[in-house]
Amino acid sequence: MGDYIVLIISCIFINNILLAQYLGNCPFLGTSKKMETAVGMAFAVVFVLVMAGVITWVVNQYVLTRFGLEYLRTIAFILVIASLVQFVEMFLKKSIPALYAGLGIFLPLITTNCAVMGVCLINVNEEYTFVQAIVSSFAYAIGFGLALILFAGVRERIMLARVPKPLEDTSIGLVTAGILSLTFFAFKGMV
Amino acid sequence: MAKSLAQEFAKGLWEEIPPFRLVLGLCPILAVTKTVENGVGMGLATTFVLLGSNLFVSLLRKVIPAKVRIACFIIIIATFVTVVELVMQAYAYPLFLKLGIFIPLIVVNCIVLGRSEAFAYKNGVLPSLADGLGIGIGFTISLGALGGVRELLGSGTLTFWEKPAFVMTDIAPAFQPFQFMVEAPGAFVGLGLMLCLMNLVGSK
Repeated sequence: MGDYIVLIISCIFINNILLAQYLGNCPFLGTSKKMETAVGMAFAVVFVLVMAGVITWVVNQYVLTRFGLEYLRTIAFILVIASLVQFVEMFLKKSIPALYAGLGIFLPLITTNCAVMGVCLINVNEEYTFVQAIVSSFAYAIGFGLALILFAGVRERIMLARVPKPLEDTSIGLVTAGILSLTFFAFKGMV
Repeated sequence: MAKSLAQEFAKGLWEEIPPFRLVLGLCPILAVTKTVENGVGMGLATTFVLLGSNLFVSLLRKVIPAKVRIACFIIIIATFVTVVELVMQAYAYPLFLKLGIFIPLIVVNCIVLGRSEAFAYKNGVLPSLADGLGIGIGFTISLGALGGVRELLGSGTLTFWEKPAFVMTDIAPAFQPFQFMVEAPGAFVGLGLMLCLMNLVGSK
């Protein structure tokens, strides 16, 4: 049990997917201008990442490794993720329209979110067991959501401030992300 | 298209240079630019994938149905990424180890998919190749520049092929490496300030 708690803490804070592993930065900067979109993106990522983590683990273990097809990993994973996103979209549209309306355009965007693909690859490279893979996918997704929502809060305030012209928009966003990343950096010595 | 091939090529170098003009593909830029060498290696790998995917997408653009085009693009891109992965494993193993999971992650690099969607799907083979080469070289230059700045300030050296080509303490003996720059926060701040500099130069 203790191992899982260490894993969760290290995935959320120490190896935070956005601020320490630099994955998923395009949606991080793209959807963080408003709190609403940030929350939508965060939930969509939690949802898809956990499912993708589970399915790619099974595919890797029982199809790719078993038949000696490891070199096809990149292609297989991206196909799994793309079709999973499509499937989730259709399923939600049909059965839970309220959630579908909430997540909206963020679902299709997740296909090209490198955080999803990245976590799937990390799970395989670290040789996690099935349960560890589920826990780490979930914890990484929570870390993504946490950083995204924190950053959106900061960014909404910055919109009201007067920023020098060349620094506007993305530029100041990146510098702010740097400072936020510095605070997460402080967790490094914890485990 | 009225633009000549040279113009299609040149626009990737300044007008639409990623990631500064097109804010796409940030993850590899932030992650692999601890040193110049890694940055340039990643840039070249991405250039190859861009060329291959642009070539095939433009060749097959009449055959690919519009509704499933994204899925087709991804398969073409994933194939080229696998080629790069296997070639690097065979001929540039140390670099392959350093870049780690960022090689397979070229698949989800928005620049590559973005060029297929925005350019290669609408244009012929030669302009698409010129576009891919231009954007790829622009991307390599950006990665190399950011890698150079971070390595110079963060560890005080510039390294090419495992040999330090330039050591900061040779010209400034009191120089202290600025650890912040090679860690995650330095990547964000460095890129932000470079973007600011580009805006400053570009607006004049």
